[in-house]
Amino acid sequence: MSDAIISVKNLRVEYGDFVLFDDLNFEVNKKDVFIIMGASGCGKSSLLKVLTGLVEPVKGEIYIDGKEFSNALDEQKNDIMKKTGVLYQSGALFSSMSLKENVMMPLELYGNYSKKEIEELASYKLALVGLKGFDDFYPSQISGGMKKRASLARAIALDPKIVYCDEPSAGLDPISSKQLDDLILELNQALGMTFVIVTHELNSIFDIGNNSIFLDRKHKNITAYGNPKELLRNPPNENIYEFLNRGIK
Amino acid sequence: MTIKLKNINNEYIIDLDLEEFYLKKDNESVSFKNKKNNDKNQYFTSFFSDDDRQKLSQLKNDGIKRLFIKVVGKDVFYSSLLGAKIFAVVKEVQALGFEADLSRLDDDIKKIVLMAFKDTGNYAPAETKKDNGFLEKVGFSTFYIWNNLKNGISFILESFQAIVNFFGGTAIYRKKDFWFCFEDCSYKAVGITVLVSFLVGLIIAFVGAIQLRSFGAEIYVASMVCIGMTRIMAAIMVGIVMAGRTGSSFAATLGTMQVNEEIDALKTLGIKIYDYLVAPRIVALVLTIPFLTILADIMGILGGAVVGVFFLDISLNSYLEYSLNVLSLNNTLIGIFHSLVYGVIIGISGCYEGINVGRDADSVGYATTKAVVISLVWMIIATGIITVMLEVLGL
Repeated sequence: MSDAIISVKNLRVEYGDFVLFDDLNFEVNKKDVFIIMGASGCGKSSLLKVLTGLVEPVKGEIYIDGKEFSNALDEQKNDIMKKTGVLYQSGALFSSMSLKENVMMPLELYGNYSKKEIEELASYKLALVGLKGFDDFYPSQISGGMKKRASLARAIALDPKIVYCDEPSAGLDPISSKQLDDLILELNQALGMTFVIVTHELNSIFDIGNNSIFLDRKHKNITAYGNPKELLRNPPNENIYEFLNRGIK
Repeated sequence: MTIKLKNINNEYIIDLDLEEFYLKKDNESVSFKNKKNNDKNQYFTSFFSDDDRQKLSQLKNDGIKRLFIKVVGKDVFYSSLLGAKIFAVVKEVQALGFEADLSRLDDDIKKIVLMAFKDTGNYAPAETKKDNGFLEKVGFSTFYIWNNLKNGISFILESFQAIVNFFGGTAIYRKKDFWFCFEDCSYKAVGITVLVSFLVGLIIAFVGAIQLRSFGAEIYVASMVCIGMTRIMAAIMVGIVMAGRTGSSFAATLGTMQVNEEIDALKTLGIKIYDYLVAPRIVALVLTIPFLTILADIMGILGGAVVGVFFLDISLNSYLEYSLNVLSLNNTLIGIFHSLVYGVIIGISGCYEGINVGRDADSVGYATTKAVVISLVWMIIATGIITVMLEVLGL
């Protein structure tokens, strides 16, 4: 029986006349920290948008936790999305709500809990990501790194099986970036969550990724697939070598 | 979940006793269920009863500093709900002045719950909120109003300086931005100005006709509309329209620039934002609003003419004759003067609210609304002042 929690088959995505990628195929296994990497403009974030249902593919199939996602009805998609969480590049916290209210939102919408439980869960999730005591703070009152953590707390509010992260280290200093990576790894190991991370931060790729794909803009497809450290040791092509060696040809 | 405080070998342990309750996994969601009646709401409100608190207080007095936390019950497994409960109990224990020791928890629960207590270097400042007395509140409000007044006056003076620089040729700004504003305040506003002023002329004529008809003096509807529109109504209508479309646009544009740190970028480039952003907008509006007012005068008179001709059996020639008889340069210039004042008010309100916006999405919406409301309020105040002044001057 396949261990894949996400299965992408023959995916084609277009923006108007522009083909972003064609005939994309890959799988993400359960409990993976799966990295989607590539040069700027290769479609990493767009692929993430397809996996989270924000963009419709022109062709192909996506299976999430064994259920067909890409061609599902909106209601079915919503049910599948409840098992996933998303950490957006800039956090995307709701500025009119406190951090606790941000985390409470998915619990109120989809959780089967009492009000008191929802509040406790929200406080707990914030504490899990290192924001104990910041329940009543607003997004405008905290730093960029803390916003990412708060956004991660919201993403894991419903104990999702999959967490998507779009450039989680963007805009963070090296220490905050490392701390966020460590947090992702802890959640992955302690709670068994699968992480799908779009990034081009080499440190993160090697520190936490155990599987990856390399998207190539020119080929509009995957040109490398596997463990990042393995790809560094045995790069299948020049592009991936250059990418993983920070531009050295 | 009940809390039981136990003393075992002089170690004080808080048992989170699940015996009355059990964790139920239901379609991948977990809840506490009361064994007796399955009602998930029937389990607890606060963790410690008054009795418990008394016991704990006694322990504190006896010098006990640490309490162990343990979960007891059959088939205990980790879930976020259980983690959240443990977390909440620990917080309460810590608030009571004890150290909470989690070493007695099962390993699979402990390793996850301990993540919530990890030191990440993020420390929330201690709460310093206190209840202010009435006098303090009055004091704070006074300072708030005074600061706002100072900021407003400073903004107005800076804006006028920037306008002087604009006409003096010393202001640094993009001409393209100025012409873009000019375009937006001129022909792009014509459609709505024509519609609104035509309808206002129509309405004035209808309303006036009701009374004038009883004296057989319907023809004076023409005079009434002409004087009303040229002296004040056209200017007010144009002011309201421009406050809603242009004032709000200024606030939204500058507000979004503020949120995106574009205004900060201009400042660090050494560019004066009053010269670059504020003056072009106010000048564009002030230059175009008199022409829109004249257009509104004409359309208002025509609107009245429609009523006169089609509803009051007044010939078009008669209507226009009576209108032209009362049409005076004095009234027209007063109307234009009103419109210039409104243009300055709208431009300053819109730019002020936009530049002083907060750094989140809500603030931009709030600033946009405030710009319109403040413009309208000050327009009315200004109208009152100008009206009294003109009365005193006999104009």
